[in-house]
Amino acid sequence: MSSRSRVVLFLVSAAGLAAIFAWGFRDLPPMGDYRGPYGYALTQVAVYERHATDVVNAINYDYRGFDTLEEEFILFASVMGVLLIFRPAKGGKGDDDEKKKRQTQIDDDLPISDSLRVSMQGMAGIMIVFGVYIAAHGQLTPGGGFQGGVILASVPLVVYLSGNWRAFEQIISNPLVKIAECGGAAGYAVIGISALFFGAHFLTNIVPLGVTGDPFSAGTIALISLSVGAEVTGGFVLLMHVYLQEIIEERLGKKS
Amino acid sequence: MTLLQWTILLLVAVVAPGVVLSRDPKEQVVTLSFYGLLCGLMFFIFQAPDVALSQITIGAVMLPLMIMLALTKMRRQNIRRKREAKR
Repeated sequence: MSSRSRVVLFLVSAAGLAAIFAWGFRDLPPMGDYRGPYGYALTQVAVYERHATDVVNAINYDYRGFDTLEEEFILFASVMGVLLIFRPAKGGKGDDDEKKKRQTQIDDDLPISDSLRVSMQGMAGIMIVFGVYIAAHGQLTPGGGFQGGVILASVPLVVYLSGNWRAFEQIISNPLVKIAECGGAAGYAVIGISALFFGAHFLTNIVPLGVTGDPFSAGTIALISLSVGAEVTGGFVLLMHVYLQEIIEERLGKKS
Repeated sequence: MTLLQWTILLLVAVVAPGVVLSRDPKEQVVTLSFYGLLCGLMFFIFQAPDVALSQITIGAVMLPLMIMLALTKMRRQNIRRKREAKR
């Protein structure tokens, strides 16, 4: 196909797409126009029924909690898939080989500036507090377990940027990471199943709801938010671990 | 729509082709991260703070990070393969 005919083909199909686009836009309702009854109904009843001031999370973790359970397990399964692909190969090479590799690869290390080192070390503590706050206040303010978990998972990375590789290695290879990943994923399902023992449906909010606006209110919404936070933190830190494993081992000069 | 909403929509529309037009993967990661940040700002301006938080954490932090880590892994594998071929 010559370049001229390619341009003609592009212009014809682009014109067709533009026509369909304009046709579709013609009858679009104005911005902010919402015609479904479900959203209005939920914003009316969520605070009374679930004592949660963040209706988005009341929907995510309670009214449509089953969908979020599936989403959480999608994340869990994809993290497991990456771990499976990057699992350490059996039967490593000899020691001399390892040393040679280390000497030749160490040359792409870049020195870390002092300003980066100081600012990143100061950031780590603030980020831990912020991540836990976001995850624990899911039922009150925007945020929730997923966002809080991702913030917490980026803390080890800040430690890595500060050049403290030993601390980074200790954080990401800690067995607690795996426990958080599996415990968080299982916790969601266990919270759902425990409703069955009280004669209610799966994922019914059976925990006392507490006072609206209290950090420990809204029953299972707060608990599910915390368990999702643990799962997401564990998942992303595990991913970082498999990607950075060999670099860390080289930097520390560790024998594998 | 207010002026602020128009501005952020325009910014997103301008930066999006920038992501596509940057050809080097390393450049693309930086522009993608900036685009993710702008999208988060857009969700915030359109009064969806929950979505904005998810977008900032995923689109501006985790997605570029995962791409960077994958690029690093590939580069190191290439170095090792070349060295083994030399031997």
